[in-house]
Amino acid sequence: MTSAGFLAGAVQVSLLLILLGLAVAVIRLAKGPSLADRVVALDMMTVTIISFCGVYAVFMEEPSFLDVAIVLALVGFLATVALARYAEKRLEREGEDHDTAKDAETTHE
Amino acid sequence: MSDVLVGLFLIAGAAFVLIAAIGIVRLPDLLTRMHASTKAGTLGALLVLVGLALFEGSGEVVSKVVATILFLLLTAPIAAHMIGRAHARLMKTLKDGKVKD
Repeated sequence: MTSAGFLAGAVQVSLLLILLGLAVAVIRLAKGPSLADRVVALDMMTVTIISFCGVYAVFMEEPSFLDVAIVLALVGFLATVALARYAEKRLEREGEDHDTAKDAETTHE
Repeated sequence: MSDVLVGLFLIAGAAFVLIAAIGIVRLPDLLTRMHASTKAGTLGALLVLVGLALFEGSGEVVSKVVATILFLLLTAPIAAHMIGRAHARLMKTLKDGKVKD
């Protein structure tokens, strides 16, 4: 097998593996059970799509997809931090609600 | 030869990403899931990006890849720390019996 042929096959296999990983991460995103689990799954999906952009840049021989990966890394980090802070703040708020109100049995979902 | 190396990097990175995703689903609780996504997932992305840098080889792409890798390595622990802290506070609140989960 030529080395170029090996690279073409490797790119196809890598795209398949990464898409499988994305699909598997969606399962955790759907199942939960808590908000933090979903945030972890979203974080994982961001990293997965960054890898996909990298492989796709090799596939198309177009290095511009690397810019997409960079932006996605930036946005994904902000999203994770924002969601984690949101989970924390909501928890504090619910705790206060429960202290004052008698029947604040709000679930975490 | 260089093409073979690039292909191996890509497959290794993709395999690590898939393993991390499987770990997210299979592992029992949040902290072990974070262990899978933060370490294996980041390593997978890094391997793929190194493969891309080897494939292109131009200074522009290599510098962008290095910047992305540094950014990923910097932010992955921070994000994991934030999620872990939120989880720890939730566990403490549950233990104190303030919130019903």
